[in-house]
Amino acid sequence: MSETLPATGLLGASWLLIALPLAGAAVLLLGGRRTDRWGHLLGTGTVVAAFVLGLACTVQLAGLDERSVDVDLFTFLQTGSLDVRAGLLFDPLSAVFVLLITGVGALIHVYSIGYMAHDPARRRFFAYLNLFVAAMLLLVLGNSYVALYVGWEGVGLASYLLIAFWYTRPAAATAAKKAFVMNRVGDVGLALAVFVMFAQLGTTSYAGVLGNVGLLAGGTVTALGLLLLLGACGKSGQFPLQAWLPDAMEGPTPVSALIHAATMVTAGVYLIARSAPIYDASPTARTVVLAIGAITLMIGAIAGCAQDDIKKVLAYSTVSQIGYMFLAVGLGPVGYVAGLAHLLTHGFFKAGLFLGAGSVMHGMGEQTDMRRYGGLAGKMKITFVTFGLGYLALIGFPLLSGYWTKDAIIEAALDRGGVSGWLLAGVAVLGAGLTAFYMTRLMLLTFFGRPRWEGVDGNPPPTPHESPGVMTVPMIVLAVGSVAAGFLLVRVFPLADWLAPVFGPEAEAAEHVLPPLLVSVLVTLVVALGALVAWLFVGRREVPVIAPVRVSPVVRAARQALYADVVNESLLMRPGMWLTRALVFVDNRGVDGVVNGAAAALGGSSSRLGRVQTGFVRSYALGMLGGAVVIAGALVAVTAG
Amino acid sequence: MSIANYLVLAAVLFTIGAVGVLVRRNAIVVFMCVELMLNSVNLTLVTFARSTGTLDGQLIAFFVMVVAAAEVVVGLAIIMSIYRTRRSASVDDANLLKY
Repeated sequence: MSETLPATGLLGASWLLIALPLAGAAVLLLGGRRTDRWGHLLGTGTVVAAFVLGLACTVQLAGLDERSVDVDLFTFLQTGSLDVRAGLLFDPLSAVFVLLITGVGALIHVYSIGYMAHDPARRRFFAYLNLFVAAMLLLVLGNSYVALYVGWEGVGLASYLLIAFWYTRPAAATAAKKAFVMNRVGDVGLALAVFVMFAQLGTTSYAGVLGNVGLLAGGTVTALGLLLLLGACGKSGQFPLQAWLPDAMEGPTPVSALIHAATMVTAGVYLIARSAPIYDASPTARTVVLAIGAITLMIGAIAGCAQDDIKKVLAYSTVSQIGYMFLAVGLGPVGYVAGLAHLLTHGFFKAGLFLGAGSVMHGMGEQTDMRRYGGLAGKMKITFVTFGLGYLALIGFPLLSGYWTKDAIIEAALDRGGVSGWLLAGVAVLGAGLTAFYMTRLMLLTFFGRPRWEGVDGNPPPTPHESPGVMTVPMIVLAVGSVAAGFLLVRVFPLADWLAPVFGPEAEAAEHVLPPLLVSVLVTLVVALGALVAWLFVGRREVPVIAPVRVSPVVRAARQALYADVVNESLLMRPGMWLTRALVFVDNRGVDGVVNGAAAALGGSSSRLGRVQTGFVRSYALGMLGGAVVIAGALVAVTAG
Repeated sequence: MSIANYLVLAAVLFTIGAVGVLVRRNAIVVFMCVELMLNSVNLTLVTFARSTGTLDGQLIAFFVMVVAAAEVVVGLAIIMSIYRTRRSASVDDANLLKY
């Protein structure tokens, strides 16, 4: 960590970055129906304003010598020896994220104006979007792990609200709950990490924690690294907590683009990149990051190959691409920049792809099954071109964004050397081939071939049409980004130089295992092979409208996303339910049983005693006589005895 | 004359009264039996007062008579009222006050 400067000038107002969208959300939520007419404009305006401010702050930051500014705001917590200040840290890393979140976020807001035009609850949608952007900005701008945690939970809340936006659909409500619960599993890890920091170092600020990693015992550092990784896995949909992300596609499509492509899922990568000194000090934790990245990228790629829902394919693609980023940041100093560069370009092309998918769905009457698409290239020209550019960028077509950043990750993995280097690079290359396969399949099913959308299930056939300009313009902007961002970030304005104050000067590998050009050619060949296989399997044949049932076990496993849900259910959910049932049983029968039993015993015996009161006066008289005789007898016995 | 005779007479009267209370159903008869028991007690009290030469027993006997007279007034009124409403003077029919 380099020295931080007190905030001056415009940077002192960087808290407005968070306050603007938050104020927008507050006005829209509290204003109610009165804001219906102009709510979407306010919501978009706050994010655009935040983007402009973020840009200005970044420009000012670039002019400083020490590119790291601390904005102290107020005391957040003070109890005993514990003193947590709320403050912002504006440095190159957070600046990159601020620009990505507000930039892509603003485009998605604009797109949503058109996409949600017919939804009666559009104002509420924009309120939640603004809340999300505010929480995400707090997450990346906070100067301590506590501030990050607040943003982290805010993001979780906003994503829950957005996924369940159409809460009358049972699938959406369930998906939101699933996302919330699985995120909570990860959040426990992050919370425990924060507790460990309090206990061991007495502080949670980045400066205090990351500057003093050397004071901690080795085991503590590893534990911190693994706990933070658990949090990152939950938020970023990484193995073993990846199952929530594809289900979260039940939300409106702009939500998928904003949350599950460009911003929220990258929070895990941010967390690990921000905590770089911890991972630098613990090779074990770093190896686990690597392994999780590699496993997830394969799981996502395999599952993506067999999905028929266009958004699910993109969701698994996201899981897979974030696996690449984890792999990259797990490689250590050589990989941080590569991973973040891929994160940025992925933000562009995946947001563009999701918006394109939303445009297709918009034109096809909310149909998401790709088997019901086909031949849409001529009907939606702008969507086709922008989606196609995003597709090419994602699979790593030479000179487009994905090519620059994905190849950088593969090279970094190879340069690790040894068996593990070859293995990781092999997995990454194989993943690139699979990516090409499933994305080509998606393109062929959606835009090429015979139209398969005539009259489904007795409904009138949809009338495919191009989306309005308010939706296509953001798609065009993102497509331009998909094409150019990689080249710009790697060659023109090298991200490595910009991030140098955070990660130190780029560690150039002493010697490349394979020349970079050869790696690029190899990867491109594998990608071409994947696309070719997709054409052989999908493009050449007639596509059945109903998914075939008799398929090989591999396809069946891929359709089930490698049985992630089944594993979760049988390993965690069912034992949990059994435990709950056992506890409920003990509570009902054991605890309640003792209390209720005592009351019932008393009540029963009293009512039985009451039967003695028969109402026959003569029996009472007999009782009195008997009693008198007993007393008299006792007196006689006592006196005589 | 030994006091035993008085006491035996009192015991016999008390027993007749007690048995009458227990076995008869007619409220008037039960009432008379109660009076019989009270008077047998009075006899006992007076007997002992005479034999010990004090006035305590006789005093208590008067108290008992006064209480008995008051009790008869209230009791007969109750019996009259029950008879009017239920057309019966049987104590077993008046068994509503129970569990």
